[in-house]
Amino acid sequence: MAVDAEAQFHVLAVDDSLLDRKLIERLLKTSSFQVTTVDSGSKALEVLGLKEDQTSTPALSPEHNEIEVNLVITDYCMPGMTGYDLLKKIKESSSLKDIPVVIMSSENVPSRINRCLEEGAEEFFLKPVQLSDMRRLRPHILKGKHKEQQLHQEENSNTNHIIISSSNNNNMSNKRKAMDEEVLSERTRLRFSSSSLNVI
Amino acid sequence: MALHISSAPPISAFHHLLCFFFHDTYPEMEYASSLQRQLASMKKNLFDQGYLDEQFYQLEELQDESSPNFVEEVVTLFFRDSSRLVANIDQALQKYPQDFRRLDNFMHQLKGSASSIGAAKMKNECTSFREFCNKENREGCLRSFQKVKKEHAVLKQKLENYFQLLRQDGPVDKATRSGN
Repeated sequence: MAVDAEAQFHVLAVDDSLLDRKLIERLLKTSSFQVTTVDSGSKALEVLGLKEDQTSTPALSPEHNEIEVNLVITDYCMPGMTGYDLLKKIKESSSLKDIPVVIMSSENVPSRINRCLEEGAEEFFLKPVQLSDMRRLRPHILKGKHKEQQLHQEENSNTNHIIISSSNNNNMSNKRKAMDEEVLSERTRLRFSSSSLNVI
Repeated sequence: MALHISSAPPISAFHHLLCFFFHDTYPEMEYASSLQRQLASMKKNLFDQGYLDEQFYQLEELQDESSPNFVEEVVTLFFRDSSRLVANIDQALQKYPQDFRRLDNFMHQLKGSASSIGAAKMKNECTSFREFCNKENREGCLRSFQKVKKEHAVLKQKLENYFQLLRQDGPVDKATRSGN
């Protein structure tokens, strides 16, 4: 199941400000995304098929009252459930945790940014969000889908692989990258040594 | 230099000179009618005087055939929002004891909206207000809020004028302009 590079992805945008919702919707549509906007974290969870006090979606068929969401972009400062709270709920949900989440905020507060990244946000956008920021969304969606693919491929083959968990943690991304490279070179070494070439 | 039949005043030697002058400094004004020149100069002033910043350009970039009035719609939304917030802050400032957290919350929203449309001067006054709020300086808040209200009123007037003119510069004029 190849991922069509031109596929239209569906983004769920969450912001309590009507003005900002209009803006983000336009930004996303101009960047060829399908968009759903909601004004609160609780509405976002409804769209995602999760009630506030649940940790996994009910055992109904996926098409039942649910639309596939490929990425969630949410404002940080919202009354009631903040963007951070929403992020947490998504990452704690077994069915939703692999959906990439991006946080937006008008305030550049490093501790806030780190907190979000540590909780699994892919990125943090400073408002006002710009068209150029939209280009950063697709890689996160594709990365998630690629991992899904890889996981399926690996499950089907019999080789021994180290599966790196998909719990996104940007602080650890450098570490993870280093790990990826290690694994890759390990496989290469094995491949070479198993042949008669003896090239290591 | 081609002659354009438009609703502009009759072509004169001076007009040619003006076009030549404007072509180098403001290329988009080369074949502009007087209305378009007015618009361009209005917009330039708004930016030069710091009322608007690059975010406003971002809004214009988002406007196209599928959303032809996007900028005006967003600006209208802004003034609806901001008028409500200004009224809320006015009210909140009358209260004793002062709820600075609530004030800051309102101002945070106002500042955010201002920033979203590129309302630079307003945004700056909102920042000042929040600084006074954080220090729980009521006098400072009151003074600063007067400035916020002033910037709000001035921007509202200027943008209303701008969009009124923009609406007059209808599709007919655009067609003649684009026939280069």
